[in-house]
Amino acid sequence: MLVESISNLGHRGICFLTALGRALLVLIHALFGKPQFRKHFPLFVEQLYVVGVQSVMIIIVSGLFIGMVLGLQGYNVLVQFKAEASLGPLVSLSILRELGPVVAALLFAGRAGSALTAEIGLMKATEQLSSMEMMAVDPLRRVISPRFWAGFVSLPLLTFMFSVIGIYGGKMVGVDWLGIDEGTFWTGTQASVDLYEDIAQGWIKSVIFAIVVCWVALFNGYNCLPTAAGISKATTQTVVHSSLIVLGLDFVLTALMFN
Amino acid sequence: MKVNWLEFIVGCFLVAGITAAVVLALKVAGLTLDAGSGEFYTVYGRFSNIGSLKVRSPVKLGGVVIGSVSDIKIDPKTLQPVVTIKIDRRYSELGSDTTFSVLTSGLLGEQYLGVKPDFASMDDDGNPVYLKDGDTTNFTESAIVLEELLGKFLYSVSSAKTDNGSSN
Repeated sequence: MLVESISNLGHRGICFLTALGRALLVLIHALFGKPQFRKHFPLFVEQLYVVGVQSVMIIIVSGLFIGMVLGLQGYNVLVQFKAEASLGPLVSLSILRELGPVVAALLFAGRAGSALTAEIGLMKATEQLSSMEMMAVDPLRRVISPRFWAGFVSLPLLTFMFSVIGIYGGKMVGVDWLGIDEGTFWTGTQASVDLYEDIAQGWIKSVIFAIVVCWVALFNGYNCLPTAAGISKATTQTVVHSSLIVLGLDFVLTALMFN
Repeated sequence: MKVNWLEFIVGCFLVAGITAAVVLALKVAGLTLDAGSGEFYTVYGRFSNIGSLKVRSPVKLGGVVIGSVSDIKIDPKTLQPVVTIKIDRRYSELGSDTTFSVLTSGLLGEQYLGVKPDFASMDDDGNPVYLKDGDTTNFTESAIVLEELLGKFLYSVSSAKTDNGSSN
């Protein structure tokens, strides 16, 4: 009984480490393979459309509403202390530092990451990846790499869009509906937001989240069981794992960056 | 020329993302492209305590923002904080006796530098003397520190009590 449970644990540990090693190999192959720009650039652009452009809508809409909610709730609390002037810093700092990178990454994992996993999983199940290998085409370089770089490029851009729309949403509620002075809002914001401290560090966060989300999504697709149930499990795993990693990593990054 | 719609839309996406980044830098962080183009003049103010005044805090004249704090240093000789104040050239007619004071907006608000103009000093022809670029001014009022205020209050209360006691 005891021996059995311990060996069970050992089995799980070995499986986990094997998966981690394979994931690292996939990432390294996808990143450091010699690129052939003429062949791979159109693929990259196509993936940029699928991964980036098609996620714009959900990012913009949720950014707008999150900014508006922050403006509304922040105003209700701050007005009790006659400190409505701090609404601009409140909205912009919380969006730039935390909400922008994290929520954009979560939405991106749900919108694009799951699609990537399902697509690659189905390619594997229908043996498209194997036939590519038969034709001496490296699937890591042709399928995985463009998708990875497309995600790497688009998530930071989506995060910037999210932040801008969110801050303008907060401004819309605070200034246009609740009547805070517009000059107060912007001067307070500009006095407290720093280009390097806040915007650049938010950008660094979103770059790291982009790497994590794409890596998890692509590896889960590449590593899934080639069955219908396997694809569904891999897709779920992508969303769950990447969301958890993003949230956990955000805490670590915040602790490192802002002390 | 045949337009590839996919590439066009992706191009629009990239432009939108980069525009968003630029908007963040210019509008939200308040970065100005024309900083240092001579639109500002600089005045140095010696304070004894600046409270929680920060670099980039606004400088206000009657509530209107006319400049910002661009640097805060300690003068190594006098060991006093010296605040570098950047003021818009449009407001160059501030008398040399103008007082700069560290004030707080609202109860919990940020601290800013309030400007009280004064035209007491005249030159020989009777014209007011204005602050010039690079001037250092000692007409400053420090931030109010709550503990000092409380200490003064307690001291005054206790001294009033002892005064009363001695007179009785």
